[in-house]
Amino acid sequence: MLNKYPLWKYAIILSVLVLGVLYSLPNLFPADPAVQIQGVEAGVQMNDTTVQRTERLLDDANIDHFGAEINGQSLLIRLNSNDDQLAAKAAIQRGLGGNYIVALNLAPTTPDWLLAIGAQPMSLGLDLSGGVHFLLEVDMERFLESRLSSYAANIRTTFRDENIRYRGVDVLDDGSIQVLLADEDFRGEADTWLRRNLPEFQRTDIESRGLPGLILTLTAERIAELEDYAVSQNQTTLNNRVNELGVAEPLVQRQGRNRIVVELPGVQDTAQAKNILGKAANLEFRLESRDGQGEVYPFKDSNRTAMLETEVIVTGDSVTDGRVSYDENGLPQVSVSLDGDGGSRMGQTTRRSIGVPMGVLFIEQKSILEGYEEVDGEAVPIYNSVEEREIISLATIRGAFSNSFVITGLDNAQEASDLALLLRAGALAAPMQFVEERTVGPSLGAENIRMGTQSVIIGFALVILFMLGFYKVFGIFAAVALSANLVLIIAVMSMMSATLTLPGIAGIVLTVGMAVDANVLIFSRIREEIADGRSPQAAIDGGYNRAFSTIFDANLTTLIVAVILFAIGTGPVKGFAITLSVGIVTSMFTAIMLTRALANLTFGGRVVKKLPI
Amino acid sequence: MSDLKVLNFMGHRRILAAASLVLLAISLGSLAVRGLNFGLDFTGGAQIEVGYEEPADVENIRSTLNGAGYRDVVVQYFGNNTDVLIRMQEDNNPRLGDEVLALLSEKRDDVELRRNEFVGPQVGEELRENGGIGMLVALGVVMVYIALRFQFKFAVGAVAALVHDVVIVLGFFSITQMAFDLTVLAAVLAVIGYSLNDTIVVADRIRENFRMVRRDETDYLINLSLTQTLGRTLITSLTTLLVLVALGIFGGELIFGFAMALSVGVLVGTYSSVYVSANVLMALDLTKQDLMPPEKSDDPEEEDIPAWLTDVDEDEDSKEKT
Repeated sequence: MLNKYPLWKYAIILSVLVLGVLYSLPNLFPADPAVQIQGVEAGVQMNDTTVQRTERLLDDANIDHFGAEINGQSLLIRLNSNDDQLAAKAAIQRGLGGNYIVALNLAPTTPDWLLAIGAQPMSLGLDLSGGVHFLLEVDMERFLESRLSSYAANIRTTFRDENIRYRGVDVLDDGSIQVLLADEDFRGEADTWLRRNLPEFQRTDIESRGLPGLILTLTAERIAELEDYAVSQNQTTLNNRVNELGVAEPLVQRQGRNRIVVELPGVQDTAQAKNILGKAANLEFRLESRDGQGEVYPFKDSNRTAMLETEVIVTGDSVTDGRVSYDENGLPQVSVSLDGDGGSRMGQTTRRSIGVPMGVLFIEQKSILEGYEEVDGEAVPIYNSVEEREIISLATIRGAFSNSFVITGLDNAQEASDLALLLRAGALAAPMQFVEERTVGPSLGAENIRMGTQSVIIGFALVILFMLGFYKVFGIFAAVALSANLVLIIAVMSMMSATLTLPGIAGIVLTVGMAVDANVLIFSRIREEIADGRSPQAAIDGGYNRAFSTIFDANLTTLIVAVILFAIGTGPVKGFAITLSVGIVTSMFTAIMLTRALANLTFGGRVVKKLPI
Repeated sequence: MSDLKVLNFMGHRRILAAASLVLLAISLGSLAVRGLNFGLDFTGGAQIEVGYEEPADVENIRSTLNGAGYRDVVVQYFGNNTDVLIRMQEDNNPRLGDEVLALLSEKRDDVELRRNEFVGPQVGEELRENGGIGMLVALGVVMVYIALRFQFKFAVGAVAALVHDVVIVLGFFSITQMAFDLTVLAAVLAVIGYSLNDTIVVADRIRENFRMVRRDETDYLINLSLTQTLGRTLITSLTTLLVLVALGIFGGELIFGFAMALSVGVLVGTYSSVYVSANVLMALDLTKQDLMPPEKSDDPEEEDIPAWLTDVDEDEDSKEKT
């Protein structure tokens, strides 16, 4: 009964602690207020000239700055204070003009040697950093309705063209399409055509008003696919819009089946943000001009331009789908579907224009930050609404087509999927509405951090004082374990790049209170063993061994609850669940292994008459 | 601490069971009659927090807003007399926060927008549903775990204790009409975790004593276990309460409800691990046969305890279990 750990156990404990300290360190370095500059277009590169221009602008405005650095597409300049930040943003935006987006940011001051091992500070949730949180919901019902009516229009046109005589093609209230045909033969033909061309429908024979007919219902997979398209299309649009807002680290993320979360740290003007997020894009299909008369537009992804006719064949409102497919040689292409009216107009045009290139124009309403106006000494941003028109595709018409066609000649799969996304983004978007909105002012965020930290420190100090008073030397072990636990929670959270929220801080406080439980259990057992007349060494060993299964069960069940909390929770509650789970796991390590190691180091391997417990 | 005097916990079990039932009845009654004062997270609507430099005048703000035609405006101090929380059932108006701020700053210009929230009604409804489902799932999973790990009677006892605690915490929020928001829901779920912690520690000791101590009376063995764990139960509750009090006092208004819910939960949870779960074990007539070690028992539920977890039965030859 020597109570000695083998050397490797000490080594493991020590290395975990060292890693914990290293990876939690970055949180101690306060971030510098900074401005981040980015080009409006993805192609605009930052270079030394931009740096010099920006620095000169700041010098002219008498704003101290340091540490300009280029990170890929963006330029970061550090400043001394938050007040400087606003002034600097205004000065730089005014000086550089509308081709650049200037955003407020916080630049981490993590030393290089820590960055080199991948250590980073935790990111702060909106309730701590201040900013806006939106939840948008895509109206699937209306979206499916519009998809169905374009399917119905499509069927009507084709049946007319194919001489399948029908009496009616209608969308019913239950989300199915009813097709009534002239007689039984036509029903057979209709059925064959539908089976070949619209396999996404399930067909059921019916009789209605004395006529043979078919009921078409979309398969569940196709509905799920359509919903996926609708959401990802809206997400793309939102992403583009958010970039216009000039936010340093925006988040646009799908949540659940039909919702999208948008988080904009640092943004306060929710009305402006909503205006920009809510705007729609559109598409226009036009032939390339053959007689030198028309309008010249630039390409989106290159510096070329092309002249298009002024007449518009169809607009994005007629586009029902755009997706990547592959031809028989495995080359990527984009399949486009149009609704009935769009299809017939496309048919008329393409029949007489074989061999002529057709262009697709992408039209976007953009708000461009023009500069700042001084109002009562404050810089108020002035936005200018601009319509931007760019060609996203120019391809030669190879044959007459109407409702559906493919765009080929794409270089790779990436290009194809980009084009498909843009087509969908410009197509009739599924309607979206704001279902949740939260704005937290920057002063409230700072206050939350201050109060949160304060309560962690005070709660921590109280618990440690109590443990020292109650368990003496073993109280010191518990105090060390508790401090190590705090460090490890922060380290693990930083490594996972988890977001710290106010309830997350509450979770840390709670963990501090509950983590001592394991030590209390062990120490009570040791006292009992001593009371039973065991030697101090045997009491330590017995105490740890016998308390273990209790601690394990108790923590595992709490962990189950924390995981459920994570699964059902949103935003802040998730933050709480994360810190709670991390805390449970780390506290098992510190409260059992670390205190045992300390006890072994202190008392192990020698004769101890009486344990100070 | 040698030769613990075994306290006769179970001697009072009928009186305290009655007390628990009365508390439960009051809580359920209040929940049925007054319900919970659901916060914005669950009801939907709009909520704006503004901060003044000097103490604010709630009456004045209310009349200003009513005068401007806003419906159902609730104005109250938030934490201190310079911060004010305004709640209203306003439709999705993107400029609401700015409008209110403009109105208020016409009267006094030391006002600042601190927080502005809008939650759509269907979002709130879903959160309420998810919260309820989450609680039920948590209870179910925990019950299964305890039934497998201990014995079915323990699972009944633990779940009875959890339901007891949750209902009383909810009852507390119903009686005081404190706002019940998402963070409070998180706290209620954390109460489940905490109370379970307590209950399991006691259950673990009961199981051990039923197997090891050579006496047969159920009430003696339960009293013995409760006496042995009493010190630990009180100390852990005390340390947890210490940090919760710190959180409640220094953590600010947004987290006050959370700290309050957990504090009540810890108090009730400590009591229930003694008087609800152990009480249920008495009522279900726990016997030694229920807890025989797996190799001697026919009870298949006891089978899958790994040997390294049951080392309480073995001698001290097993070192370094961690």
